[in-house]
Amino acid sequence: MVEQPSGAAAADERIQRQSGLRRAFVRPELGAMTGTVLVFVYFAIVAGGTGMFAADGIMNWGVVSAQFVIIAVGACLLMIAGEFDLSVGSMIGFAGIVIALLSVHLGWPMWAAIIAAFIVAMLIGMANGYLVIKTGLPSFIVTLASLYILRGLTIYFSIATTRQTIIGGVREAAAGDWLAPLFGGKILGFVFVWLADMGWIDTFKAGNRAGQPVVDGIPMLMVWALALIIFAHILLTRTRFGNWIYAAGGDAKAARYVGVPVNRVKIAMFVFSAFCATVFATCQVMEFGSAAADRGLLKEFEAIIAVVIGGALLTGGYGSVIGAALGALIFGVVQQGLFFAGVESSLFRVFLGVILLLAVILNTYIRRLITGER
Amino acid sequence: MADTPLIELIDIKKQFGPVIALNGVSVSVMPGECHCLLGDNGAGKSTFIKTMAGVHKPTSGEIRMNGQKVDFANPRDAMTAGVATVYQDLAMIPLMSVTRNFWMGREPRKGWGPFQFLDMDKANCVALDEMRRMGISLREPEQAVGTLSGGERQTVAIARAVYFGAKVLILDEPTSALGVRQTANVLATIDRVRQTGVGIIFITHNVRHAMAVGDRFTVLNRGKTLGTARKGELKPEELQDMMAGGAELAELSSSLGGTI
Repeated sequence: MVEQPSGAAAADERIQRQSGLRRAFVRPELGAMTGTVLVFVYFAIVAGGTGMFAADGIMNWGVVSAQFVIIAVGACLLMIAGEFDLSVGSMIGFAGIVIALLSVHLGWPMWAAIIAAFIVAMLIGMANGYLVIKTGLPSFIVTLASLYILRGLTIYFSIATTRQTIIGGVREAAAGDWLAPLFGGKILGFVFVWLADMGWIDTFKAGNRAGQPVVDGIPMLMVWALALIIFAHILLTRTRFGNWIYAAGGDAKAARYVGVPVNRVKIAMFVFSAFCATVFATCQVMEFGSAAADRGLLKEFEAIIAVVIGGALLTGGYGSVIGAALGALIFGVVQQGLFFAGVESSLFRVFLGVILLLAVILNTYIRRLITGER
Repeated sequence: MADTPLIELIDIKKQFGPVIALNGVSVSVMPGECHCLLGDNGAGKSTFIKTMAGVHKPTSGEIRMNGQKVDFANPRDAMTAGVATVYQDLAMIPLMSVTRNFWMGREPRKGWGPFQFLDMDKANCVALDEMRRMGISLREPEQAVGTLSGGERQTVAIARAVYFGAKVLILDEPTSALGVRQTANVLATIDRVRQTGVGIIFITHNVRHAMAVGDRFTVLNRGKTLGTARKGELKPEELQDMMAGGAELAELSSSLGGTI
């Protein structure tokens, strides 16, 4: 037996030392990082003087980005586990209507309505996962079915009980509730009052809020987004379960052979995706004070686009939560930034399509670098 | 002890509906022995190793480990009992790092309660060490398995099985897709593992590879054991003939100038 000396990296003359640049390239987040920098530089130039980077401007695109982040994180883990969930958008509408119906129409306490919505949504997520596993069908088709079923049910329940597709009065029903502020509240308001007192951020000049800072706190939506990023990133990269997520998406059969509970992992990720959708829905319902049956339209695709821009492979087994979050940030900044820059907003979709295409091409190239495929 | 086989399969029969895949196969492996299982495509090799690995339950027949009758309900059971299988193409996930592949399903953790995180330092360290013991020096344990050659991937899988306490190692055609040099490396690895007392079942249809490391040879044909021979009792040509069903191949072989 030939003992190789330790540090025998150069033992095989055919292995070239990889340059740091090349190694940095083979990271899922790289594309999204570059994109983020480019997007910020671009808008700093074209919209720098429009208030986009003032406190209220930042809050504007920050909130939109946070919305994308919440659903992108769920979609990211699921995609790495090798599956899609196209029912995310419908789930958002559905969960919102469940909350409003239970609290406003049936008079449940708000906390009970919120918890019930989470349970129902996560059960539907579990059903999605179970169907995908049991039928062996692509999750694309199974969740496309749930997309229609859920949207239809949402509209039906809403109209059958209230004759409307918009249910208002949620804010009143949530008053004094202990759980609702966790989704609709704001934190650190005093910091912004202090910042305004120091003259670092603007205050309202007129109206009944004159003298108050233009930003009155960090919405819980952003806190959720941040918390979900941290949770999902640690779960994916630092835990045993995270390794199983990669394995389930990388090659389910190989993973099963070494004892990874692939089915459980995949179903758990469908449940997590539903959980993220419900967080989104609850925050939105609390913010607007109403639920509408058409909420969340097309969100499933936006989530998937953010994840792909973030460097995840559509085929599973590869990707990063940080990347997906940056993808969501790019998404939010561009969508709101075009408005600040006064660009025709329909061009946003053109941009989305182009960047999606670029991201997929780049990802495919990176995949070849990693696996050495031709 | 030395004459009790590590694992013994007695008269295994397996039917899938009307199809009889195995019709009485018996094989045993002693500690430190490499038992080659030869057979042409469709001979029942795959079904047989899947039975041994707990994927299929035999319709009839008995599996004994160290003389005790065992029943494997699933692959996990078989693995716990010390039967590890290295599949030809499903061994590794190319997009994941060597370390993550090595530990897949049995990742080391540190911490307590719900805060148990991967112990990546230990994981990397062990993976690197075990690979070195198999004669492969990695550039870094985080490199993706996709960057390794086919032979190296087989070696990672073998190293993994041995590290996790395999007593019986089933190798499913580990050399079938490899070049000459890589094949030699894998065969050397098999020899190295055998010397540690692990029993190896080496499935192949390449007589030369079998002859290089095998201690005993069993030929399967049409779901039956044609016979078991010790090293030196059979010539390569005889093995080849048994595998393919004799006469026809001899005819074909002569028309091709005896090169098969």
